[in-house]
Amino acid sequence: MLDLGPHAAFIWISYGAAAFCVLALAIWAWGDERGQAKRLADLERRGLKRRSGQGQDKS
Amino acid sequence: MADLTNTETIRPGWFSTLANPTTFMRLSGKVLPWLAVATLVLFAVGLTGAFLAPPDYQQGETVRIMFIHVPSAWLAMMSYTIIAISSAGYLIWRHPLADVSAKAAAPIGATFTLVALITGSLWGKPMWGAYWVWDARLTSVLILFFLYLGLIALRQAIDEPGRAGRAAAILALIGAVNIPIIKYSVNWWNTLHQPASVIRADGPTIHSSLLWPLLVMAIAFTLLFVVLHFKAMRAEILRRRCDALIARHVRGDAARAGTEEAANA
Repeated sequence: MLDLGPHAAFIWISYGAAAFCVLALAIWAWGDERGQAKRLADLERRGLKRRSGQGQDKS
Repeated sequence: MADLTNTETIRPGWFSTLANPTTFMRLSGKVLPWLAVATLVLFAVGLTGAFLAPPDYQQGETVRIMFIHVPSAWLAMMSYTIIAISSAGYLIWRHPLADVSAKAAAPIGATFTLVALITGSLWGKPMWGAYWVWDARLTSVLILFFLYLGLIALRQAIDEPGRAGRAAAILALIGAVNIPIIKYSVNWWNTLHQPASVIRADGPTIHSSLLWPLLVMAIAFTLLFVVLHFKAMRAEILRRRCDALIARHVRGDAARAGTEEAANA
């Protein structure tokens, strides 16, 4: 274990807080994208097509 | 002189092509895995260097807080600068991707500002004897945090996305005046916060054993910002596509109902 001296708690809490914030941000960013992609796929499955995607269905 | 009557010769520039949401989704999808791997590698190298670096002759072991505090503070300002540039792009050219960029960067910038404030406070207590002092640098960064929260709240408060984007863009440009104030606050006023020690006209004043991990961590944080920003932009583009689909569907239903009503009258 690293000996960080008498102020070790300040150092570890700083790194812990930064890691928590970055992790929360990453979970939000990945989760939001995944959620919106799922929502779009669901809408398209229900027959709502984007204008750019309409031509592809006219086979 | 260009022949403006011949529209076939007019082609969108490379920037317009790149700024197309579909092109952005395709390109960002390709580069994101590589950027994420590079970010993780740089964090591994930077954190190893941060904990292997010798203690500072004055600050002792607490100097290790610098390796997360300083990059977070840089990103707090960089995120806002990106928001300001994107906002100007949206107000001038009305480019939707510029608005997407500004909206996506706000929560990321707010989080890095919060990290800078928390780690700065935890660094300040053992060094200054206080978690917080109302000096120009600390206060201007706190104002930056409130500006981020204001931008997020303003978008939430206005239902119509176009109006929300314009209002947030105007607020972002007004708030941009705070960025040079943060940067030069340590020179303009007598602050407890130390002056710049890396980006200086006469070169860095930090010893190389502490400087290289700091620079690696700064690059790692910057890449992390790019990854998170791209992810948040992709989510926002998908959200707008969903909203546009629903709006078009609702308009179609309303138009059909109007036609049927007219036929039955």
